[in-house]
Amino acid sequence: MIRQLLVKKVTHLASIVLSISVISFMLVSVSPIDPVRAYIGADMLAISRAQKEKIEERWGINEPMHVRYVKWFTELLHGNLGHSFIFNQKVTKVISTRFATSLWLMAAAWVISGMLGFVMGIVSGVMHGTFVDKLIRFYAYMLASTPTFWMGMLLLICFSMWLGWTPICCATPPGILLENVTFGQRIYHLILPAATLSIIGIANITLHTRQKLIDVLQSDFILFAISQGETIWGATRHHGIRNIILPAITIQFASFSELFGGSLLAETVFAYPGLGQATVLAGLKSDVPLLLGIVLFSVFFVFTGNTIADLIYTLVDPRIKAGAPK
Amino acid sequence: MKTVIVTYKTILRNKRLTTILSIILCILVFAGLSIAGFTISEKGLRTDLEERNLSPDACHIFGTDWLGRDMLTRIVKGLNLSLKIGLIAAGISTMIAVMLGLCSALFGGMVDFVIIWMIDLFMSLPHLVFLVLISFAAGGGAKGVVIGVAVTHWPALARVIRAEVLQLMNTEYIQIASKLGQSNTGIMTHHLLPHIVPQFLVGMILLFPHAILHEAGLSFIGMGLSPHTPAIGIILSESMRHLSTGYWWLAVIPGACLLFMVKLFDILGENIRDWVNPKILRG
Amino acid sequence: MLSVHQLSVRFTSYETGLKKKETLVTSDLELAVEKGQVVAVAGSSGSGKSLLAHAILGILPGNARVSGEIMFKGTPVTPKRQIKIRGKEMALIPQSIGCLDPLMRIGKQITRAGILSGIEKNKVRVTNILRRYGLPDHTANMFPFQLSGGMARRVLLATATVGKADLIIADEPIHGLHEEVASDILSHLRELADQGKAILLITHDLSRSLLIADKVVVFYAGTTVEEASATAFSGEGKNLHHPYSRALWQALPQNGFFPVSGTQPVLDHLPEGCVFAPRCDKTKFICKIKRPPVMPTDGGFVRCFHA
Ligand SMILES: Nc1ncnc2c1ncn2[C@@H]1O[C@H](COP(=O)(O)OP(=O)(O)OP(=O)(O)O)[C@@H](O)[C@H]1O
Ligand code: SF4
Ligand SMILES: [Mg+2]
Repeated sequence: MIRQLLVKKVTHLASIVLSISVISFMLVSVSPIDPVRAYIGADMLAISRAQKEKIEERWGINEPMHVRYVKWFTELLHGNLGHSFIFNQKVTKVISTRFATSLWLMAAAWVISGMLGFVMGIVSGVMHGTFVDKLIRFYAYMLASTPTFWMGMLLLICFSMWLGWTPICCATPPGILLENVTFGQRIYHLILPAATLSIIGIANITLHTRQKLIDVLQSDFILFAISQGETIWGATRHHGIRNIILPAITIQFASFSELFGGSLLAETVFAYPGLGQATVLAGLKSDVPLLLGIVLFSVFFVFTGNTIADLIYTLVDPRIKAGAPK
Repeated sequence: MKTVIVTYKTILRNKRLTTILSIILCILVFAGLSIAGFTISEKGLRTDLEERNLSPDACHIFGTDWLGRDMLTRIVKGLNLSLKIGLIAAGISTMIAVMLGLCSALFGGMVDFVIIWMIDLFMSLPHLVFLVLISFAAGGGAKGVVIGVAVTHWPALARVIRAEVLQLMNTEYIQIASKLGQSNTGIMTHHLLPHIVPQFLVGMILLFPHAILHEAGLSFIGMGLSPHTPAIGIILSESMRHLSTGYWWLAVIPGACLLFMVKLFDILGENIRDWVNPKILRG
Repeated sequence: MLSVHQLSVRFTSYETGLKKKETLVTSDLELAVEKGQVVAVAGSSGSGKSLLAHAILGILPGNARVSGEIMFKGTPVTPKRQIKIRGKEMALIPQSIGCLDPLMRIGKQITRAGILSGIEKNKVRVTNILRRYGLPDHTANMFPFQLSGGMARRVLLATATVGKADLIIADEPIHGLHEEVASDILSHLRELADQGKAILLITHDLSRSLLIADKVVVFYAGTTVEEASATAFSGEGKNLHHPYSRALWQALPQNGFFPVSGTQPVLDHLPEGCVFAPRCDKTKFICKIKRPPVMPTDGGFVRCFHA
């Protein structure tokens, strides 16, 4: 069963990657932005027409779109995503180093939002109808409407400017070689961006957990546990959490898309040199190969989250696990 | 016993009253905002180097920026712009959602398959990345933002509408109506539309906050509206450069106003939903 | 051990149109269980048997209101005391096998019940109790969905008896079971009573419960109509005092299968007088205007004017 599922998933992924690659290639091709002009920037006046044409020829800009696509896609199949001119590196290299940096941030935000949201959801669910519940729900709804980047700015003003507890930017202290950066320094630079990014996820997981717990607390086995002398908190601890953790984890994995999108904003605010910032730069500076590469990578990233979310029941829930042939 | 019933009814009436009151209040605020946007003098947008970096006071209640522009004017203009863009984008998105959702449910088969596949496709890419891509394709600017926000917000709502229509089609009275020989268009206009129209309305209002937040986000990172437009995203992105100077009002107030407007739309949408009461999810 | 006096349960609910409504679901229940006794509570579906169990344990839903008196070991049962004694001094065998946590292994569930009853964690003997009820040792590692109906009932029995509860309230413990398994479980209950526990056996299966019961309390439309010793259920039921008890007895297949005509009244439209009056063949005028009081009999009590 699991193998079948995986085969289905991989076919699905292939079809998505293929279609997204076509769509995004078409999109960047119709852009009125002149890539050569974007590349050369202010020096545009300094270069001659002939020079410009030479660059265009080297980049193959004047060939028909489908020819360029086939070329690009063939290279893609060989694992080559082209060259990023803003970083002057291969796109694959840019993505891998930048993603490594972002991974710290996204993982931290993912864990924080998951745990915090889960705990708040439980408190809210057990105490539903009370003042505490109302407070938590109000908080969650507020967070859901708060612009991520603004929240980042507020945190920056508060903790970096006023209190001076946290650094103003970046992933590492300036002027220190990357290999000399300590784990503590990384964490220190991670706190605010991660807090900002985690805010996106908290509302969702809180409200979901709350509702699920309220449903579970109505069930017969909770009533039976109470009849055995369990308190409501005890019943939640021993039976409630067990029955809501899997859906919560599923939700959390299915949120990779928002996580990635949020990283664009959070990394911009904190000048955090991750993949999100690279996405923004690629868009702003018209680095087409990099932009296309990141688009495909983000599809893959989102897909991974969704697949794990789909598989998790099959792999973990004893009821489904036992039903599967060995 | 009697008193109990009476108090309960009063509460019930009060609930309806609060719903209607909050709807009216929200609409009033939006109307006030639009009027302010039209009438507020452009003078506040002009550079005035004598009045630079003033913190909020009686004359400039939201302070002034580093060019001496009045923040209140900029924010009112910015919110109006957001309102306009949100309206266009949410309108288009909702239209697409309703059309595709309806087609998917009514035609089924291949059409359904293709539409579901499209929904899938749109959801496979992070929203903001998609927006960057589209904005890039459109060459940036307001056009890019509107197109981007309009064509990426429909999938969730389309899914809801598809499910809703499918469920409606399976209800007995529509089955009977079609057995009795009522034409498809007759069923459409008599049975489906009355359900879909409130969905459309509520769906659109609830899309607003998303549209506005994405517009602001996109402008903030520099892929959206051009730097000269008085938009909240632009204002905040500019104030990023002045964070270290201690001019907190440049960052705090515009964001708070944006949050306020988004929240207001949420409240409006939810109250209208409670009022017309269709089962609809947040887009 | 346990006595229940004039116990009534009512629910407040909101009807369509949002009118507040009170439903009296059980009224004036009378009941007593002594140490070493099995008392069967017999009545048809919906007569309020489970509610009685839940009222004793204090686990009724929030919109329920209880009035009347419950005495346990000679002291009144208050909500505060219920929290203290449930699981420790009184235990429930619930009606539904959905009462087991679907995601917790059986062994752990039994251990948890043991801990809650006041036993130290490492002194809970799961294997012992499984064996006592004829369950294989590996049952401890199973999840509820892997159990057969009979096994699940035995597990529920195990969770209730792993501690030292003196009163065990068994709500339909043999419902839907084969003859063999059912009588096995019943004999375990009898054994527990013989060891000095008090058993309240809730069932609509009168004939099976008579195999082990000392006393039978007959429920009808949310009230107790008769309490009689089990021996009264014999022959043509001449020793039974209430027409409904007799009808119930005669409706059993071995007694000729004479069904009672008519149906139990809906709870929110109970007759003003005797609840059984619409179906009783001895109805007199007074039955229709007045609730019959509890009257003592040789083996218990009866609620009928013409007993
Ligand atoms: N939460 C509730 N709100 C309102 N009425 C209720 C509620 N719970 C139970 N009732 C009503 O109380 C009555 C008695 O229910 P109870 O579960 O005690 O029946 P029972 O005798 O155990 O029946 P069975 O043999 O089917 O288990 C039923 O008519 C039921 O509809
Ligand atoms: S009181 Fe009257 S109606 Fe009720 S059971 Fe006795 S004889 Fe029948
Ligand atoms: Mg019952």
